[in-house]
Amino acid sequence: MRNPLSDKVVEIEPSGIRKFFDIVSEMKDAISLGVGEPDFDTPWHIRDEGIYSLERGKTFYTSNAGLMELRQEIAAYLKRRVNASYDPKKEILITVGGSEAIDLALRAMINPGDEVLIPQPSYVSYLPCAVLADAVPVIINLKEENEFRLTKEELLEHITPKTKILVLPFPNNPTGAIMEKEDLEAIAEVVIEHDLFVISDEIYSELTYKEEHVSIASLPGMKERTILINGFSKAYAMTGWRLGYACGPALIMEQMTKIHQFAIMCAPTNSQYAAVDALKNGDEDVKVMREAYNQRRRYLMHRFKEMGLQCFEPYGAFYVFPSIKEFGMTSDEFATRFLEEEKVAVVPGTAFGACGEGFLRISYAYSLDNLKVALERMERFITKLRKEKENG
Amino acid sequence: MREEILTFIEKNSRVDLKELAVMLGVDEVAVANEMADMEKENVICGYHTMIDWSKTSTEKVTALIEVRVTPQRGQGFDSIAERIYKYPEVQSVYLISGGYDLMVILEGKSLRQVSQFVSDKLSTLDSVLSTATHFILKKYKDHGTILDTPEKDERMLVTP
Repeated sequence: MRNPLSDKVVEIEPSGIRKFFDIVSEMKDAISLGVGEPDFDTPWHIRDEGIYSLERGKTFYTSNAGLMELRQEIAAYLKRRVNASYDPKKEILITVGGSEAIDLALRAMINPGDEVLIPQPSYVSYLPCAVLADAVPVIINLKEENEFRLTKEELLEHITPKTKILVLPFPNNPTGAIMEKEDLEAIAEVVIEHDLFVISDEIYSELTYKEEHVSIASLPGMKERTILINGFSKAYAMTGWRLGYACGPALIMEQMTKIHQFAIMCAPTNSQYAAVDALKNGDEDVKVMREAYNQRRRYLMHRFKEMGLQCFEPYGAFYVFPSIKEFGMTSDEFATRFLEEEKVAVVPGTAFGACGEGFLRISYAYSLDNLKVALERMERFITKLRKEKENG
Repeated sequence: MREEILTFIEKNSRVDLKELAVMLGVDEVAVANEMADMEKENVICGYHTMIDWSKTSTEKVTALIEVRVTPQRGQGFDSIAERIYKYPEVQSVYLISGGYDLMVILEGKSLRQVSQFVSDKLSTLDSVLSTATHFILKKYKDHGTILDTPEKDERMLVTP
């Protein structure tokens, strides 16, 4: 039999998280700080709307781009939250989670050999999606000293004549970093000057704890160069509903919709009806959840300080990214030993790119009680490591 | 800061003050002062405990009693409400809009004890016109808390 597989796919490395997940799932009584989704249930009024849509028999396909009512609500939402204007008819596409939107945007814009700039540490799917789209991924290693923000200088260093797209993943998973308006303005200037496009993954936009999130699409001259990606998973605790969206220039959206039409047809209908209610009546829920995350974030940072664990203060998403360089071990070693000896799962920073070495991603999408127990174990563990080191 | 403190302790009055201050991003002394003030002003009226008595061996019966009354000149409903709420077995008294006037929530050891209260004490009050007693059969949710066993975290342990 000849090789049934595509070389391109085989060459893609499986996600580093996958490997760790296999170890964790063997361990029965482990507690976890490794989850990348909210601990809240979807607010009941949203679930109720989903149920109601099923009762009314809304079980058919929607148009490829998604329910017009939902696209209109998204347009209104983006106008009020990030002051970006999109035409619901031509510039908004409802996708199966933000992940599909990332895939579509890359596939719709890349020609073989085009370079895509991917800042890391970042979400695991940008690189494989770029490779699958025949792009050449170019990694930009973000630095802790810059609070893992992307600087103008870092961007300039990596631009070549073949560079076409910059992926902008902020607020960031796994670092919790945000980009404030001045940061984005500096980036936008370079993007325009070098005639690049931006795929701005803003899935955590509602979860910022410093100033309101700013979208690069709202800066002058950037809307026509930006695919803005967002969704319902993080803000409304709707991960399992699989619903996201992409907004951008009609010229690009038309091609993205074409791929979506052939590959997916349309996003799940009842998720779309539920999402309409999320946008209409969900502002208060988001506020309550944001406040709860912020309280835990402050608690976590406080505990790290008590432990003497180095960590820059992150202002976004629900992750902190402490440094474990003082212990002289790799992220993988630390995470594995922590799991084996204290039964707490955290994700090694390297799962999000090589420059995550020396860091851990710790999620605070957990109840305070859970966080407390986990942090006590962490304190015990690092005290042990420090003693080990002292005794050589 | 008041609203944040109240929102938090409404769900968990046993929180450590130092932890609360950390979570709200404010000074511990400021939180302590604010809470002392609110206690003085009777904004915080107590630190009660949510108990699901049905899971204990203690017998308890709760009844909601609709009471229609004649308001009194110059006093409205206040004085009749006071005569009712002074009984220690009365948990709550609310003035209600609609078909009746006062909602009285009563806790007793048995049906008989509650019925006796209604027939002996409540109905015999001069301004009480009529009563309708509803016994609670099962509490599903109380004070915003679902009394059933909490749900398990069904998320996968590690996800990107």
